[in-house]
Amino acid sequence: MERDDIIEYSLDAHHSEEQGKKIRRKIWLVTLLLAVVTTVEVALGAYWKEWMPGSWQMVKWTFVVLTLVKAAYIVMTFMHLGDERRNIRAIILLPYALFILYLIFIAIWESQYVHFLWQNYL
Amino acid sequence: MAGDATKALSNDVLWGGGRSPFSISYGKMMMWFFLVSDALTFSGLLVAYGFVRHSTTEAWPIGEEVFRALPFLHGSYPLIYVALMTAILIFSSVTMVLAVEAGHRMDKSGVIKWLFATVIGGAFFVGSQAWEWSHFNHGSGGYIAMADGTKYWVETTDHDTHDPAHADGFQLVKALPGHYLLPDTLPGGAKVEPISGDAAQSIWKNKVVYMAGAPFPWSGHGIEYNEYGPQQYANFFYFITGFHGFHVFSGVIINLIVLLMAVRGIFHRRGHYEMVEKAGLYWHFVDLVWVFVFTFFYLL
Repeated sequence: MERDDIIEYSLDAHHSEEQGKKIRRKIWLVTLLLAVVTTVEVALGAYWKEWMPGSWQMVKWTFVVLTLVKAAYIVMTFMHLGDERRNIRAIILLPYALFILYLIFIAIWESQYVHFLWQNYL
Repeated sequence: MAGDATKALSNDVLWGGGRSPFSISYGKMMMWFFLVSDALTFSGLLVAYGFVRHSTTEAWPIGEEVFRALPFLHGSYPLIYVALMTAILIFSSVTMVLAVEAGHRMDKSGVIKWLFATVIGGAFFVGSQAWEWSHFNHGSGGYIAMADGTKYWVETTDHDTHDPAHADGFQLVKALPGHYLLPDTLPGGAKVEPISGDAAQSIWKNKVVYMAGAPFPWSGHGIEYNEYGPQQYANFFYFITGFHGFHVFSGVIINLIVLLMAVRGIFHRRGHYEMVEKAGLYWHFVDLVWVFVFTFFYLL
């Protein structure tokens, strides 16, 4: 049975040739950014210790931050989540972030105890 | 992107029924929900890796020292191969988003062109993953340990020998304490000189342990013991990259099916290319996961 009360949201996504040009420009800019960030990460991983021994902890945090930057660009631009309504963005990101932040916290917390146990009692 | 998502609608209209309050179709929303659950799985694996790594009391292998080989080349190229794999996956993600963009303009030949490029990129990534696994499993020439605990790495030009001391190019490299892999340079920057000839033979005779390289394909380092360090390192390597690799593989199959549907003009008759967008969401997610695996498994 054909229903006429359903809105066809997929047709909304259509855009014109000029809009397409703008979108493609954005895609290539994000590509460039992702490539540069990855190159920086590999260079840091491979050569930082020779340049500046002893500051590895800082590099690690740099990696984490750069990764989150890359992830944000992939999700917001490539997966178009930045173009969706605010409520769907929140429904996708917030429960996930809440759960994973807790998981990371509890894993780091507990692993310190396990480390302590193995070092002292086993 | 234009359309319903950019319209300013009051909450009464949005949530008043008769429409999606999120302004997206059922299929796209379900794909997003699936991706959230899949992201939780991958995060669980990476957090478990972090837990084990953080709680272990042994020295943990270092990514740049384990993954530093390139196919057909000798020498040390730390993380270059993994970086290449990352580049391949990111570029196949770009071709995918270009296919989605072409679909929004109802440009059938554009969709076909970019989707085809995406399938090729994905296939290259799966192939690279296979090489990485086989290389990790094969490992190096093994090592010997002396009574005082000193370790020497065994090098030969014949990789599949059971008897390295009589093989061509036999030499030993003294291992650095706290590092699992054969060093090229000492901490001060001096080049490490391999020991060969009679000196190497006399060290070989006095060894107490010989951990061989992998003489048979599936009895290699990851499976029975792991020359790179704690066994769990290899377990997590195979599980995380394997689970991700399986996602890439199924992504390639899905993209191939969507490509065939596009070629047959099914989406054109339907009036929209949303299926490309949904497959694209999955494909970008696979790329997203790899970004995290790359950082938390290889770099940190």
